Amino acid sequence: MRNTLITTLAVAVSVVVPVQVTAHHGNAAFDVGKEITLKGTVTDWFWANPHCILQFDLKDKNGQLVEHWTTETSNPPDMIATGWTKTSFKPGDQVTVTAQPVKSGKPIGRLLQVVLPNGKTLSTFGGAKGAVARAAAAGTGAADEPKVEEVIPGR
Amino acid sequence: MLNRFVDLIFVLLAGLTLSSVAFTQTARRPPSGTVKDQTTVPAPAPRHDISGTWEPANGRGDGVQAGGVKAMPNDGKPEHELPYTPHGLATYKSHKALEGKDAVRPAYYNDPRNFCEPIGFPRADHYNLRQTQILQNEFKVVILYEYAQTWRVIWTDGREVPKEIPEERFYGYSAGKWVDDNTLVVQTVGMMPEDRVWLDSTGRPISDALRVEERWHRVNHDRLELTVTINDPKMYTRQWVSLDKFPMKLADPHTDVPEMYCSPSELEKYNKLFGNGASGIEPR
Repeated sequence: MRNTLITTLAVAVSVVVPVQVTAHHGNAAFDVGKEITLKGTVTDWFWANPHCILQFDLKDKNGQLVEHWTTETSNPPDMIATGWTKTSFKPGDQVTVTAQPVKSGKPIGRLLQVVLPNGKTLSTFGGAKGAVARAAAAGTGAADEPKVEEVIPGR
Repeated sequence: MLNRFVDLIFVLLAGLTLSSVAFTQTARRPPSGTVKDQTTVPAPAPRHDISGTWEPANGRGDGVQAGGVKAMPNDGKPEHELPYTPHGLATYKSHKALEGKDAVRPAYYNDPRNFCEPIGFPRADHYNLRQTQILQNEFKVVILYEYAQTWRVIWTDGREVPKEIPEERFYGYSAGKWVDDNTLVVQTVGMMPEDRVWLDSTGRPISDALRVEERWHRVNHDRLELTVTINDPKMYTRQWVSLDKFPMKLADPHTDVPEMYCSPSELEKYNKLFGNGASGIEPR
């Protein structure tokens, strides 16, 4: 079951050098330096201040919900300046998200990079630095192969 | 005849030369764009004129100052410790900021910004200083800040800031004087007391005794520098500089500055979706 989840949900964690970010609320809640790469299905894209929020579901191979993730991005003006729009996502889109998780272990994080269904990559907060995220953005499928540390969704 | 012709040519050339100098000094030439890419020498600054749309010269993030004011970030380094009075230190400790070395987790804050209160002055210079539109006429300079769609009036009609404050204001009372051709020095007093407005996003305090000096110095046609000095004897034992020649570059005058506002309903949703969960105060 554990291996199935890993394979199906393609979750990978890579520990990288911390990056300086300028977020609305500082770094206190976040596990700075950690990156998680997840494949999921978009449920909602909330375009608003102070930060836009992307929500998505992780599902098993049978399409059953395993975990619901909430990730924040930056504010609309900064997002527009880096190529994001209010219509960047719609429910049902398959995305590969690299996020900096919160320390609490909840499925919440700061979105660093997302690979869209058409292969386009969008970044915020300086982007993802880890090898897994880079491979995902390059379309090599390496996000399906955890490199450093495996994380099981649905804790 | 020849001599008269030579004289005529000389006069024409002299006239053209002088008129081109005058044009260079007064014309509104297009902004040069990215300062780093600038290959031509900028035109001189026009006299007594800081109008235009300005943006941080070192990138849009340079004016965010999330970790505290640019010249004195709240990063725990000894050289950045502020000269607090005992009252100032106690007030700082009572502030639960989301940024800086003493940051709390989201949703544990008491930052007035996060209740969509006006961020006030001088925090307008110290937080999210982004694209800034400056308009002026012979009586006043008006600053339109991008963040929170905020504006200030700086009187340049010769008046002084009031000695007795009629009523405290979020953005105080401002009066400016040109100290040379290209430098406007602005004094601001009469701001809100400590719990209504913070100095920056890390919870540094101000009081109603605060006096702020801004020096808006137009270095050349395309470059503006802002220096801010804080003088608040209730909170700090001596005056200190919060922004030191913060560089701004002239943007295209057709720039449509985006909205960046605080919406209580959007903030509530943000906290429900993200902030509360990130802080661990609400089971998900």
